[in-house]
Amino acid sequence: MSVRVDDVFIGIELTDEAARDPELARRLEEACPVDIFKATDSGAEIVRENVDECVLCGLCLDAAPPGAVTVHKLYDETTLAR
Amino acid sequence: MRFYEYESRRIVERAGIPVTQYGFCTTPEEARAAAERIGGPTVIKSQVLTGGRMKAGGVRFADTPDEAAEHAAAILDLEINGHRPVGVLVDPKAEVEQEYYAAVLWDGRAKRPMMLFSDMGGIDIEQVAEEHPEHVGRGHLSNLLPISDFQAKEVVARVGLTGSELNRATAVLARLARLQRDWDMTLAEINPLARLSDGSFVALDAHMEMENEAVFRHRKALEELGVDLSDPREQYEPSEFERNVKAIDAADHRGVIQGKDHGFHGNLGLVIGAGGGSLTLTDAVRAQGGKPANYSEIGGNPSVAKAKGLAMEVLKKEGVDKIAVMMSIVSNTRVDIVARGVIKACLELGKDPAETIAIFRIPGAWEEEGYKILDRYGVEYCDRSVSMWEAAGRAVAKIQGGGASANGEAS
Repeated sequence: MSVRVDDVFIGIELTDEAARDPELARRLEEACPVDIFKATDSGAEIVRENVDECVLCGLCLDAAPPGAVTVHKLYDETTLAR
Repeated sequence: MRFYEYESRRIVERAGIPVTQYGFCTTPEEARAAAERIGGPTVIKSQVLTGGRMKAGGVRFADTPDEAAEHAAAILDLEINGHRPVGVLVDPKAEVEQEYYAAVLWDGRAKRPMMLFSDMGGIDIEQVAEEHPEHVGRGHLSNLLPISDFQAKEVVARVGLTGSELNRATAVLARLARLQRDWDMTLAEINPLARLSDGSFVALDAHMEMENEAVFRHRKALEELGVDLSDPREQYEPSEFERNVKAIDAADHRGVIQGKDHGFHGNLGLVIGAGGGSLTLTDAVRAQGGKPANYSEIGGNPSVAKAKGLAMEVLKKEGVDKIAVMMSIVSNTRVDIVARGVIKACLELGKDPAETIAIFRIPGAWEEEGYKILDRYGVEYCDRSVSMWEAAGRAVAKIQGGGASANGEAS
């Protein structure tokens, strides 16, 4: 199971485990330069209005354990993952 | 930043250039009091940031204070070219022996200030320069070296002034040159500069324009002069398009967008910018028969939302059929981000990006990623091997109903 939010060009996917980890949520919020992640007490929320702002920098992938975050490029059906 | 005449007078006065005993008034009663203080005939002048005051009835002559008050009441109610006056200037009707013209302006081509002086003042200096070039003296100033009175003297002497007339006019022009430098003016103009019967020189009217980017450096002095810094002093009332684009830009710190549509009434919307691209591309569209619906600038790595915002505003303009998305070349602005923005604008307005975007020509950072997005939506694009001229030609051909060949010629 996972949490996934798609906009027009980009989709962001978090594993359930990653989405419920408050410490990881804080790291993701800090890492993302375009505020796609919002840290809450219960974990990470994906901010829909910022998803298409993703600059494909990969900082979220570096901040998370392997496989926890996947960035989907909807326009060419490829993904960024670690 | 433009100044009202009464503000320009105050600036000129501060620079040590003699002015008449004028009064700035916002009510007929104040105008009457000013006329009483001055004594004798007066001139009542509307304070608006537009030309054509005399023709519109914004300049009137009064022989008595009561008449001055009457004229002030009429002028304060008079709109000129869409501008409401902020007040009137009550000025003594001076006994003038001769009128001159003095100005120091920023010469963009020479990249230096230039002094101008003419013994034919009171009329349009362009007309004098064209019909009587021998009556206009010119001289450039250094951006680095101090301004010397002798440089001003050379300019004044070129139109034939001698003796005390030369000395007195020189002092005015030299002070005006220092004013232009010290206040960061793009234009410091006195027209007419009058020689009175006693031989003294006095500024009868002044026109000042300050470099917008320098206003912050003069905030204190401007406040002392009573200049309202919250007044945008636009040349015209901004359109809805212009206001909306400005608001979108202000709401997001990422990148910069600007949009102007004053005087544009075409069907081809322009989302353009980067490296001088806006001017070049607007010219290229017009030169090939296209009719731009607007002028715009986009750059500085805008967000997707900002690029979308500009494109949506352009597309919402009445009469716009298609948009051309073109730039010179980008380095920090990302091609894929702009592509996402403009395509998203089309989709949100229920338009087909392939039909709506006449051409996409933005070479530079992340272009390969941008091309994948454009391919996905069937948008015609080109890389740097197609010149800005050719890309503009393709957009024009497309909106005029023709196709475009690979080399940019309409088929």
